[in-house]
Amino acid sequence: MRKQKLVLVGNGMAGVKTLEELLKHAPDIYDITVFGAEPHGNYNRILLSPVLAGEMKLDDIMLNDRAWYESNGITLHAGRKVVEIDRVKRVVRTDDGIEAGYDRLLLATGSNPIILPVPGKDLPGVIGYRDIADTEAMIAAASEFRHAVVIGGGLLGLEAANGLILRGMEVTVVHLADWVMERQLDRPAAELLQASLAAKGMKFRLGAQTAALRASERGRVAAVCFADGSEIPADLVVMSAGIRPNAALAEAAHLRCERGIVVSDTMQSVTDPRIYAVGECANHRGVAYGLVAPLFEQAKVCANHLAGFGIGLYRGSVTSTKLKVTGVDVFSAGDFMGGEGCDEIVLHDRATGVYKKLVLKEQRLAGAVMVGDTSDGAWYFQLVREGKDVSAMRDHLMFGQSFAQSQLGDAGHQGQNKAAQLPDDAEVCGCNGVCKGTIVKAIREQGLFTLEDVRKHTKASSSCGSCTGLVEQILASTIGGAYQATDKHSKPMCGCTDQTHAQVRIAIRDFRVGERKLLSIREVMDVLDWQTPNGCATCRPALNYYLISTWPHEAVDDPQSRFINERAHANIQKDGTYSVVPRMWGGLTTPDELRAIAAVADKYAIPTVKVTGGQRIDLLGVKKDDLPAVWADLGAAGMVSGHAYGKSLRTVKTCVGSEYCRFGTQKSMDMGVALEKMLFGMWSPHKVKLAVSGCPRNCAEAGIKDVGIIGVDSGFEIVIAGNGGIKTEVAQFLCKVATPEEVKEVTGAFLQLYREEGFYLERTCHYVDRVGMDRVRQRVVDDAASRRALYERLLFALGDAPDPWQEQQSEPLVRQYRTIELKPVAKENGHGLATRV
Amino acid sequence: MAWQPVCELDEIPPLGARVVAHPDGAIAVFRTDGDRVFALRNACPHEGGPLSEGIVHGNTVTCPLHNWNVDLDSGCACAPDQGCARRYATRVDAGVVWLEA
Ligand code: SRM
Ligand SMILES: Cc1cc2nc3c(=O)[nH]c(=O)nc-3n(C[C@H](O)[C@H](O)[C@H](O)COP(=O)(O)OP(=O)(O)OC[C@H]3O[C@@H](n4cnc5c(N)ncnc54)[C@H](O)[C@@H]3O)c2cc1C
Ligand code: SF4
Ligand code: FES
Repeated sequence: MRKQKLVLVGNGMAGVKTLEELLKHAPDIYDITVFGAEPHGNYNRILLSPVLAGEMKLDDIMLNDRAWYESNGITLHAGRKVVEIDRVKRVVRTDDGIEAGYDRLLLATGSNPIILPVPGKDLPGVIGYRDIADTEAMIAAASEFRHAVVIGGGLLGLEAANGLILRGMEVTVVHLADWVMERQLDRPAAELLQASLAAKGMKFRLGAQTAALRASERGRVAAVCFADGSEIPADLVVMSAGIRPNAALAEAAHLRCERGIVVSDTMQSVTDPRIYAVGECANHRGVAYGLVAPLFEQAKVCANHLAGFGIGLYRGSVTSTKLKVTGVDVFSAGDFMGGEGCDEIVLHDRATGVYKKLVLKEQRLAGAVMVGDTSDGAWYFQLVREGKDVSAMRDHLMFGQSFAQSQLGDAGHQGQNKAAQLPDDAEVCGCNGVCKGTIVKAIREQGLFTLEDVRKHTKASSSCGSCTGLVEQILASTIGGAYQATDKHSKPMCGCTDQTHAQVRIAIRDFRVGERKLLSIREVMDVLDWQTPNGCATCRPALNYYLISTWPHEAVDDPQSRFINERAHANIQKDGTYSVVPRMWGGLTTPDELRAIAAVADKYAIPTVKVTGGQRIDLLGVKKDDLPAVWADLGAAGMVSGHAYGKSLRTVKTCVGSEYCRFGTQKSMDMGVALEKMLFGMWSPHKVKLAVSGCPRNCAEAGIKDVGIIGVDSGFEIVIAGNGGIKTEVAQFLCKVATPEEVKEVTGAFLQLYREEGFYLERTCHYVDRVGMDRVRQRVVDDAASRRALYERLLFALGDAPDPWQEQQSEPLVRQYRTIELKPVAKENGHGLATRV
Repeated sequence: MAWQPVCELDEIPPLGARVVAHPDGAIAVFRTDGDRVFALRNACPHEGGPLSEGIVHGNTVTCPLHNWNVDLDSGCACAPDQGCARRYATRVDAGVVWLEA
């Protein structure tokens, strides 16, 4: 079968997007030819502003290079302008005589900047702002001249002015209306915006009508003259007074045009159904859109019909606008002016530069405009498009999504919850029309971890970038604590691998070789292509922890991948001796235990006995060879390892509590002992310390512990993520519970969450800082099923936790504590061993 | 200096070490991944830390006290650190580790 011929005129954003969509559905049905008047591949026009501002380079904004066209079998005529469509012969012709026949023709010729019909408009130095050539001309002018005038204070004009200022020019924005961006902003919003742009050095002439452009002696533009007779100097004039759909070609071919090529809901010319039009050159139901989001919607519909599926109609779009001037936040969506039949809710804080206006119509949000704080823009835009009844949250609407929904009992908090609450079909990236569901699916199926990955795989947030925050939230809510928002964690674990801690944690949890889990360091290194034969002292302990915490009772615990303290179950000292700290549950001891400690200190000539800061006794200066015997003697008196050496549960400090104390409200000693017994033998990303106080006087210093419990009359307050070490961090309130059983469950659930999501050597305060208190509260407090499940996983992992001191007593483990004594041998090559060790 | 038998290879954990007493100071005998055996004086060139207690990876041991990496072949600290621990010759013969010390 002969392939059909598809010709695209206009190698811009809408046209090529249509081709991309078409190739997804039906890669083989057309021979495709593309004509583009610009001598480039396809690029992201939106990002010309950051290029002008010097924040990006041209290379960064290319969308499809020539290789893309080649690999998809597309013939590209770049730098060729089509000047004729012959609808009878079904061919298009360029100005230099190239012809191409078509079965279907797609017009995506964009639009042209409107050049004001004033004297001097054709002088050198007067340009529009539309493409790479214009941008380059502006950059060149900025290096040579001083005064620039931008005519038109709309979105584009302000971005141009901002870029030119950053390039060192003195810029005046001349605007006919009384305030800038009058099509997107109301007056108070515009005034705030103007003030923040003025602070960047931008000058304004508002309500000013340009009468003429005056030339210098050398024939270049020199000044802008106004209707009132005044003038201002201008070596560069950027006309940014609007755009006009580029339909000349279509008009010449007698297609019906009225400010754009008139198209149906299937994006076909109403005159000739073989011809489609998308993008700024198309007029759909009387509207020619000038933003990419609607154009991409059109592209999808058009591609569907070109592919022959014939489903999907384009019904028009509600648009939203964001200004891309770094440091200036402006958002506008829908019907923001209000007027008859509308209510307005307004927040206006001049001093901090924040203005928000919500327009309500018949219980629905009709529009929103915001300056200064635009963090809820995506949510408002979603409400506008959904047209949902908002009367129930009307009182709180202004304070944003978190607050409004929490007032509805939706347990809404900031950050990840916002994203978590969006439905799958909510559009996240307006530029590329990417829905939340698509992003979540890509994250799950392709194992994406970073914003960059998501951009690469889904294109979300790869155009104007205004949805970046939302995409990050979706990442965070999808992969949980493994999301590495900060740079620190996006670095590889160590020189042995390119993988980050987060990636390794998830790989260990999710990867299967056939049916088999990854259960040993060897398997992990093989699957993740470790670059060294057996890692290093940085990655091996981390891998060992990730394995045993993810697969308790299954993974291989490798002592050689633990630091000496955990391998020898004692703390190594600077002279190579060790310290031994037996557990004293909740800081309680007995005369028998004290006698046994004293006896051990005497018997093994232990030089120092000290009370630690953790309410127990430290025997310092024990020789390695003596360790097993010291432990055996302590064990005989009922004592077990205090894990003073481990990334593990350390101490649970307690105060006296209501057992004896005249102020005590709860039995803090009992509670502490119960917690310490529950958590015995728990390995964790870093050490974990708890404390239980019997009343708010807090003698056990619960406020600087990983988990602190403070008794009050009606129960227990639980605080988490405190730290008394290098940088003191006060613990944060998690929740209040009534019974000791609940204390155990909440504590266990939080510590299990930390065990599952924390990175190796990350204390709870750093972990909570990374993932956010909201996430922890949601998983451990708000969601009872999640709390229960976490708690049960902890209890399962800790079930039958052995006393390591006892375990070390048996061969072959115990021999590693012994120094080998060499005995001279009779013959030099004798085979008998001198000593059996 | 004489060749002396130390122990059976299996008595040193893979990626681990044992300590051998010696009149001139303790000697650490290491076993690497591929069952190669090395011996160094059990004192880190930094502040004398017991290298035997470090983590062994490749042909390197990381000192337990301040994480210097010491090359097992030469006994010398890896750049940027400087200094060497004395090395001793070893061989494995019929499953038995021998040390020249
Ligand atoms: C023995 C003890 C000092 C004492 O005699 O009181 C002690 C001794 C050591 N501390 Fe500590 N810390 C001791 C209580 C504390 C406390 C107080 C407490 O637990 O209530 C703190 C502050 C609380 C906290 O951790 O939030 C404390 C904060 C640290 C830190 C800083 C941790 C941080 O996240 O900022 C380190 C360094 C580290 O872990 O990386 C550290 C490290 C150490 C090490 C392990 C240093 C080392 O690597 O050799 C010391 C081991 C000495 C030894 O061989 O036994 N020690 N250390 C205390 C043992 C308590 C116990 O019974 O287990
Ligand atoms: C500086 C700047 C910043 C912008 N910022 C934003 C923003 O933040 N958000 C947003 O949503 N939108 C923004 N826009 C608007 C957005 O870029 C346009 O809406 C979008 O590019 C229009 O796509 P299109 O395919 O219709 O037209 P274009 O991308 O302009 O593509 C049309 C192409 O057709 C070619 N062409 C025209 N006639 C012919 C012919 N006869 N033969 C061959 N080729 C022809 C043109 O050379 C052009 O390359 C911005 C625009 C500019 C200029
Ligand atoms: S904090 Fe309260 S219960 Fe604890 S010792 Fe002090 S007074 Fe007693
Ligand atoms: S003693 Fe070995 S690193 Fe300091």
